[in-house]
Amino acid sequence: MSSSIENLVNREYKFGFVTDIDADTIPAGLGEDTVRVISAKKQEPDWLLDWRLKAYRRWTTMKEPHWGNVRYEPIDYQGQVYYSAPRTAKPLGSMDDVDPKLREAYDKLGIPLKEQQILAGVAVDAVFDSVSVGTTYREQLAKLGIIFCSLGEAVREYPDLVRKYLGSVVPYSDNFYASLNSAVFSDGSFVYVPPGVRCPMELSTYFRINAANTGQFERTLIIADQGAYVSYLEGCTAPKRATHQLHAAVVELVALENATVKYSTVQNWYAGDEEGRGGIFNFVTKRGKCAGANSKISWTQVETGSAITWKYPSVILLGDNSVGEFYSVAVVNHHQQADTGTKMLHLGRNTRSTIVSKGISAGQGNNSYRGRVYVGPKAAGARNYTQCDSMLIGNRCGAHTFPYIEVGNDTAQVEHEASTSKIGEDQIFYLQQRGISKENAVSMIVAGFCKDVFKELPMEFALEAQQLLGITLEGSVG
Amino acid sequence: MLDIRNLQAKVGGGSDILKGINLAVKAGEVHAVMGPNGSGKSTLAQVLAGNPAYEVTGGSVTFDGTDLLGMQPEERAQAGLFMAFQYPVEIPGVSNAYFLRSAYNEIRKAHGEEEVDPLEFLDIMEKNLALVDMDPSMMNRSVNSGFSGGEKKRNEILQMAVLRPRLAILDETDSGLDIDALRIVAEGVNKLRRPDNATIVVTHYQRLLNHIVPDFVHVLSAGRIVKSGGKELALELEERGYDWLESPAEFVA
Repeated sequence: MSSSIENLVNREYKFGFVTDIDADTIPAGLGEDTVRVISAKKQEPDWLLDWRLKAYRRWTTMKEPHWGNVRYEPIDYQGQVYYSAPRTAKPLGSMDDVDPKLREAYDKLGIPLKEQQILAGVAVDAVFDSVSVGTTYREQLAKLGIIFCSLGEAVREYPDLVRKYLGSVVPYSDNFYASLNSAVFSDGSFVYVPPGVRCPMELSTYFRINAANTGQFERTLIIADQGAYVSYLEGCTAPKRATHQLHAAVVELVALENATVKYSTVQNWYAGDEEGRGGIFNFVTKRGKCAGANSKISWTQVETGSAITWKYPSVILLGDNSVGEFYSVAVVNHHQQADTGTKMLHLGRNTRSTIVSKGISAGQGNNSYRGRVYVGPKAAGARNYTQCDSMLIGNRCGAHTFPYIEVGNDTAQVEHEASTSKIGEDQIFYLQQRGISKENAVSMIVAGFCKDVFKELPMEFALEAQQLLGITLEGSVG
Repeated sequence: MLDIRNLQAKVGGGSDILKGINLAVKAGEVHAVMGPNGSGKSTLAQVLAGNPAYEVTGGSVTFDGTDLLGMQPEERAQAGLFMAFQYPVEIPGVSNAYFLRSAYNEIRKAHGEEEVDPLEFLDIMEKNLALVDMDPSMMNRSVNSGFSGGEKKRNEILQMAVLRPRLAILDETDSGLDIDALRIVAEGVNKLRRPDNATIVVTHYQRLLNHIVPDFVHVLSAGRIVKSGGKELALELEERGYDWLESPAEFVA
């Protein structure tokens, strides 16, 4: 019977294709020269090169962290390629100038880059390997004063904003992978929403790794000025390759007074094959700062891909009455490993945070929730609610929970609830007895388990996430 | 409608629990299957519904002429076989309405009929909720989650009412019910009786049969039907217990 749960998780990864495109790729290896070459290719100002070099020098003194509940062969940082860009990618007059091969690649991914075909109400920045290949709806957004472009362009066109906020939430010295990213980051998205403006459409970046042996080190910076609102979606895929590929991104969110940033991720990097060969190492630092009073930052993530996921989207709750949220579904199957969770750092008064984490483990997957709730001495009236649920499918997978709670103010309230359940053969049989197929029964049970998180996703994403979950778990039920 | 011949079955790696059941059920009939604990009553219900935890080791079952034992559980349901569970299962996060509409539509699809949308289904629901005296708010709650014992059993009968099976098997539906809930459940079942459907009532006690009057009563003991009769047999069992019917062969063994 458990083999039917097995069968349900084993459908082919459908985004595993490779695009054959002429690319400007630098030799593998990492040194100060590499950093200088990347910076020169991007024609960056001196201050940014200096910042990169400081990050690189810092990185050389750091050790790869091994406290995560994940296991893997040592990564050869000198064997990686740190920059690869489609030759025809830049500069673009309009989206119609996008290389047909790239357009075809994004069409296959279901992300049409022609604005007239695109999902209504979603603006897309498409990042292919190391560079952004196009951003849609820029002009309409510009009329409202909203800046949505690649980080590279932002450095050239809005240097003051970038200089002010880059590294303000995740400093270049933050951790091993963040420092590596700061040294060699290639591109990513930049968003600035001016005071009082509510961004009328979902903004989205679609990250695609294509080139072999190439790491992706993108960096996203989103700033919501006073009273602004923005909802941002991130999607990711990569070809099937037999070797592991490194993805070490940094995302920084800044919410000023009364501002709200909502950041949703549906992560579907290639997870490796059934034996655990290949797949993406997803070592990502995501952090938001509620800098002003009454601001709000909300992370929602659906993690289905990657061989290894190591990420903790966090919120620094600095402004009084600010709100942090983290809603997460993490699925592991086959030999996938995930060590993911969040940090909520309560520094301001009456700050509130909510953490809802749903971990699903199938096959021989290993899923860990790791979360830190910190209440500082000045955070009077702070409140946190954490709910952490794990579901096991089959007998060879694992689920772990590592909560860290530090409370430095005795008026704070911190709640933590956790549960572990096994998807029951009795549940599946009950649904089958009502005429529902085994596969649909498992999808229904899993969707029910994840409901609290799915309802936080924007409409456009909720269905995709549910379907993705169905695909990821296909073959996991016997 | 249902023809069971020399059915033998076991659970896990144990020895046979059913040791040769023979039973024929025709359209329009209500059969009661009674017997002491461990006699195999529930096993019979589970095997007919296709619970994969049970293994059929011999015999045959046909349902409307087709081989029931070769069908997946969902195919049996789509063909019109329904089992009211003794222990209805909780499905957190899945609303009762969504679950029941999915089941309803799967069965319609299997018959080449169009699916109904949520609004149409709301009408179907409302007609049936009254039958089991259930509040419409129950439909927005997760399937059986946090339901009382009586609510769970009424929810089973509600599903039966909506899905309108050809053959309904009630597996100890009376267990854990107080007298009022028992009456509501039994009235629901009675209202669903039609000349073209049939019901098998599996029960330990006679009291349910005061409300759902059977055409036939069968007594199961140690995996075999040891006595069959009319509704008066149930009353006799109430009075004399099961001991006088124990299979002599088992005592010798």
